[in-house]
Parts: sequence; structure tokens; C-alpha cells
Amino acid sequence: MWGEYMSSKSVMALLGSATLALYSSMAFSLDETSKYFHPQPNSIIAQETYDQHIFALWICLAIFIVVFGVMFYSILKHRKSVGYKAANFHHSTVVEIIWTTIPLLILIGMAFPATKTVVAMKDTSEPDITIKATGYQWMWGYDYLQGEGEGISFFSKLSTPTAQLEGKEAKGENYLLEVDNNLVVPVGKKIRVITTANDVLHAWWVPAFGVKQDAIPGFIRDVWFTADRPGIYRGQCAELCGKDHGYMPIVVEVLEADKYAQWAADKKKASAAVVNTAAVGN
Amino acid sequence: MAVVQDVHGHHDHHPSGIMRWVMTTNHKDIGTLYLWFSFAMFLVGGFLAMGIRAELFMPGIQILEPELFNSFTTLHGLIMVFGAIMPAFVGLANWQVPMMIGAPDMAFARMNNWSFWLLPVAGMLLISSFFVPGGAAAGGWTFYPPLSAQGGLGVDMMIFAIHILGASSIMGAINIITTILNMRAPGMTLMKMPMFVWTWLITAYLLVLVMPVLAGTVTMLLTDRHFGTSFFNAAGGGDPVLFQHIFWFFGHPEVYIMILPAFGIVSEIVPTFSRKPLFGYASMVYATASIAILSCIVWAHHMFTAGMPTVGQLFFMYATMLIAVPTGVKVFNWTATMWRGSLTFETPMLFAIGFIFLFVIGGFSGVICAIVPIDIQVQDTYYVIAHFHYVLVSGALFAIFGGVYYWLPKWCGRMYDVKLANMHFWLSMIFFNVAFFVQHFLGLAGMPRRIPDYSLQFADFNMISSIGAFGFGLSQILFLYIVIKCIRSGEKAADKPWEGANTLEWTLPSPAPYHSFETPPVIK
Repeated sequence: MWGEYMSSKSVMALLGSATLALYSSMAFSLDETSKYFHPQPNSIIAQETYDQHIFALWICLAIFIVVFGVMFYSILKHRKSVGYKAANFHHSTVVEIIWTTIPLLILIGMAFPATKTVVAMKDTSEPDITIKATGYQWMWGYDYLQGEGEGISFFSKLSTPTAQLEGKEAKGENYLLEVDNNLVVPVGKKIRVITTANDVLHAWWVPAFGVKQDAIPGFIRDVWFTADRPGIYRGQCAELCGKDHGYMPIVVEVLEADKYAQWAADKKKASAAVVNTAAVGN
Repeated sequence: MAVVQDVHGHHDHHPSGIMRWVMTTNHKDIGTLYLWFSFAMFLVGGFLAMGIRAELFMPGIQILEPELFNSFTTLHGLIMVFGAIMPAFVGLANWQVPMMIGAPDMAFARMNNWSFWLLPVAGMLLISSFFVPGGAAAGGWTFYPPLSAQGGLGVDMMIFAIHILGASSIMGAINIITTILNMRAPGMTLMKMPMFVWTWLITAYLLVLVMPVLAGTVTMLLTDRHFGTSFFNAAGGGDPVLFQHIFWFFGHPEVYIMILPAFGIVSEIVPTFSRKPLFGYASMVYATASIAILSCIVWAHHMFTAGMPTVGQLFFMYATMLIAVPTGVKVFNWTATMWRGSLTFETPMLFAIGFIFLFVIGGFSGVICAIVPIDIQVQDTYYVIAHFHYVLVSGALFAIFGGVYYWLPKWCGRMYDVKLANMHFWLSMIFFNVAFFVQHFLGLAGMPRRIPDYSLQFADFNMISSIGAFGFGLSQILFLYIVIKCIRSGEKAADKPWEGANTLEWTLPSPAPYHSFETPPVIK
């Protein structure tokens, strides 16, 4: 009985391994440096999220190969055109219990690491620095509420020239992902971001930190991140907020501790100067 | 005496011309109206999609200003969900449920007429809102406040349209429930009903459960906008997140309202062309019911970034992941039905296999979206767009196409052009994947949804996606041509054109008589 299927078995094996090769080559080319995949994780939460996604993708791939391996074997061999006669079975309690239980176990395996990450994400206690991010139509306002730099306050707006949007000028490298005032934070410190909004819903999102939190007018929410490496990290508003929703990016500049201290001191001096000028003016 | 006979002789008389369609109480006429209406709306929604993809073809603003772009995405979503997909399934139910349970017609014939004729009114309200001052609603198809409180008359027209659509859906659902529970042929117990009828029975209960919730929330939005209430306004003691909870309490069962009847259609097609009974009929029924029940307790997985207590996030994550179990059972059952069958690959079967193949991809991305940390990354990005188009286009829509090709010979007594229909399948299959597969990677790489312009790193994949979308859109014109050609000049179809089919509608002549079963068939 099985003899006549030998050749088809080898065809299937070939097809199966070809599919596997294709998907694994995709998986390997979609590493952390690809521009078509997660940006390189730059916080513990982003790293855990990335790992869980890769783990989930492998599980999906395995299930995909098993289910569609069976289905395509059937499509190839159990066709009327090759003279295959239909069997007449229509249920099997044992099989059905098996294919209810196995997915359940797989899901538990996926939920376990995710649960640990969720608990970690929610722990915004004992931050080194607390910053309030306020969504406006259409820009962000940042207020340093606690920690080094306390009292600093500024707005952060899209700085891409209108001419680039209208196609009158060549588009720059960071088209739509650049702002006039970056949010500056020190590396390796726990930053708590409190989000709120002035008008409608917005969402504060920086992919490299694994952080996305809606900003809700009249309410506050909070998230935290600790940047692993200095650099510039870009994100965008992720909740539809009207006409210019696509034009309110978030740019976070992560500095070494001493440079951050310098930046904070300069920023405070500058705002003090502004306040003094205003006072004299009055 | 003669007069009496005359009256009796004209018992079957119905108006001709346009009045036939306006006055009709016949389930087939109304089913036809539903299907043509949904196809017209599908073209309107498709036109909006083409506009969106044309704007996103390359970076920069070319044809749609940002506000108009937002109106396009909003109305594309609303028209496709409420105008195209849902009415198409109700149309299929109108045609098929009475024939499949051995009934002459639907239970409430006049209400059936009314629930259809409400739809064009709502459709016109949505379309004409583009031309009022301020333009159409632009707050997304989920119209979250406070943004939706900002719009003009277009938002009120949308609210009114949703009220009307909801009323129509509730009436349609009550009609279907009553028909199925009361008008089955003698001997057809619930557990002998065809799967399509079962899935629609469960879907109809979901509709009756959640459409009033949607009506409630849009009414609250309306009073917030015009009568000084503050349900969703923090300044008056309300909460914008309350809207999201109520909306998604409707919205998540809604996605199952759009997929359960699709499961039903596929569960009819696969056994027919496998020449083998459906594997695990009872477990299919239980799986459908468990999906429906679970769908009511997972709504907040749409709101993981809105901010929720840890326990809340974990509960909604676990509950959502659990849906994968009954859904998996369905996929395994279809595979087992095909296993050792005697398969042929007519157009309906192609669409059914395409459905299973792509719906599973959409299901996988669904599980991935259920995992809170990953969802927080991909929420409101193109990953989500890819996910729900895999379940709604290659899911619901492919099943509708499969159902139309499957039953078209029964409806009009003529066969469609097989070559063209197969071409329609392959074109749809290929262009669909070109359009949507790449969007997974756009989302992972950080492209938010609902933006008219994007940074340069997303340019090449957006162009690929737009090309796929244009191809997919054009392929649907072919579908229109195939259906018209079939109705006008298709070859005569046999009463039972599919060798392996054995539900009740195939015992009727093709085309099916006006009053399906005048004497109920007996089911052994």
C-alpha cells in the first residue's frame, strides 16, 4: 500500500525542505539590522518583545508546515483526476482531543514569557527621571518633572521643511522623523514617561524602546524604559489625532551621563535667561 | 365563483419592473438585492481603497490632502464592513437558509423587505457625507472621541447611518433566528442542519447581542456632540476610554460576525469537492459556539496601549489566545475532511482552499497580536492592517466569492465561465498577497496606520503594496463581468451541478422555484 507513495513522499520531502529553506532564509535576513523588521532593540523590554516574536514566528512556521504539509499532500495525491476513491470516515474523538490539547499547551508556552514581560513593563516604580509627555494637535510637549533636569520644559515639533512635503525639494534622510527639539535622556537610567493630551487621543511610541502608550486628555498613563546605548531613536504618534497625525514624530536622544548633565545645565540656563528677559520686559 | 377563482389564480402575481424589487417580500429577490447592493458598496469601498493606495504609492502628498485621506480611510472601513461584507452574508443567508432547511421563505417577509431597503438609505448617507461642508467623518472607522467630537455634519451623517445599519442588521438577525428555529423541514433536528445554517444561527445571536451596544455608543457620541452630555469628555467627568470599551464590546464580536458565516460556507464547499462528509460535524458546531462566546470577553485586546491594569492585560491576552484553540479545530477539521477524499478543484473549492491557506496566516498574526508585549509594538501599525485584511479579505471576502460561485448555478440556472472564474481566483490570490504580505514588515519596521505620508525607508514596500492593491481592485471588475455573463448567457446548469453536494437546495430544480419548498421535504 505505501510502496506506491514512495515517489510522492520524496516529492513532498523536497517541497517541504524547499519551503523550510525559503522561510528560514527569510527569518535570517530579517534580523535586527533589516529595515523591514523590528528596529534594533535598545531596552530590556524591547529585547524581550523581539525574542518572543521570533519564538512565536518559529512556532507558527512549524504549525504551518505540519498543517499545510498534510493538506498539500492530500491535494496532490487524493484527487479524483488520479483515480483516488473517497474514504467515508467523519469523526474521531481521539484525534479531536489531541488537536485541542496540543495547541492549548503551545499557547501556554507562549503566554508564560509574555506574562513575565507584562509584569515588568507595568513596574514604573522608582524612576531616575520622570518626564511628562503631552500630546497636542500636532506636536509633543515635554516637562521634566523629577530627577536630573527637573524643571526643563519645551515643545517638540516636526522640523521637516514644507517644501519637502510638497515635493519641491529633495526629501532628507530623516524625512518626517525629525523635530526641532529632541527629547534628551541619559543612558542606563530608568526613565518614566507620563503621558497625557491636551485635545484628542495621541500615542507616544518609540519602537526601539518597546514603548507605546496612548496619551488621553484629562487622564494620565505611564510607561518606562531604560536605554541601553546612546544614540538617536525615532518614533511617531500612533493614535489617529486628526489632519496632521502623520506629522508629529518623537525623537529621543540618548546621551552619556556627563553629556546629559551638561545638556540639562545648558537648557536650564537658557530657560532662566528667557524668564529674566520676560521679567525685564514687563 | 369566477371571481374567486381569478383571485386564486393570481395568488402568485407580483408587480413587475422596479416595483417588483421595491415591494418584494420574497427571500430570493431580497437576497439578490442584498448581494447587488453589497457589490455596489464593495466597488465604492474599493474606489476609496484605490485612492488610499494611490496616495501611498510614493512618499509626499500627491493626490489626497491629509484631511481627505483620513476621510477615505474612515469611509473605506465603514463601507466595507457595514456596506459590503455584512450585507453580502445576509444576502447569502436570504437565498440559502430557506432552501437549506426546506422552508418556502423567510419567517418575516415584510420585515425582510424593510431591513433591506434601510440599507441604501444608510449607504447614501455615508457616500453623500463627502459633499457636505467639513467633509466626511475623518476619525477612523472606530471614530474614537474626542477626535470624533471635532468633525462636522459628516460625523452626524455617519452616526445616523450606523443607527440605520444597526436596525437593519438586528431585524435581519431576528428574521434568520426565527426562520431557522421554526421553519426547518420535519426531521431536520438542530444537529442535522447544514454548517452554513448553524454558523448563521450563531452569528445572528451575536448580532442581536452587540448591535444595540453599538447603537448605544453612537447615541452617547451624538448627545456628547450636540446635547451637552460628557460621557466621553474628561472635562465633564467622562472618559474617552469608556467609548473604546463600549465600541470594542461591539467591535470584537463584529469581526466574528464577519467570519463565522464564512466558516459555514467553507464547511459546505470543502466536503462537496472532497466527496466526503465534513469531518467532526459536532465539534465544528461546538467550536463555532465557543468562538462566539469567547469573542464577547476579549474586546480590550484592541486597547492594550490605552493603559489597563496588569491583571486586565493578562486576562484579555489569555482569553484572546484561547480563541486559537476552537479556530484551530476548524482548520484541522477541514484538513481532515480533504484527507483521503476524492478531490476536484472547481472555482468554489479554489476559493475555499485559498481561504483556509490565507485565513491561517491571518490567524497566526492574530495570535501574535494577542501577546501583549508584541501587540504594544504592532498596535496601530501596518502589521495590524495586514492582519485584519488577511482575515477579512482573504477570509470573509474569499468565502463570499466561493459561496457565490458555488450557488450561482442554483440561483440562475446557468453555469459561470469556468476559465474566467478560475482566472478571477488566481488574480485575486496573487494580487492580494502582493498588496498585503509586505504590510506586515512595514508595521514591524514602524510605519503607523492612518498616515498619508511616510518616511523614506518605507517607500519600496509601499509601492509594491499599491501595485498589488491596484491589481486586486481591477480583478474584481472581472468578477462583475463573470456574474453578468453567467446570468445572461451562461450554459444551462443541472439541478445538481456538483457531484458531491448533498444539502437540500440541490434537490430543487435550477433555477430554484420562487417559493423554494411549497411542501416540506422529509429528512430521514
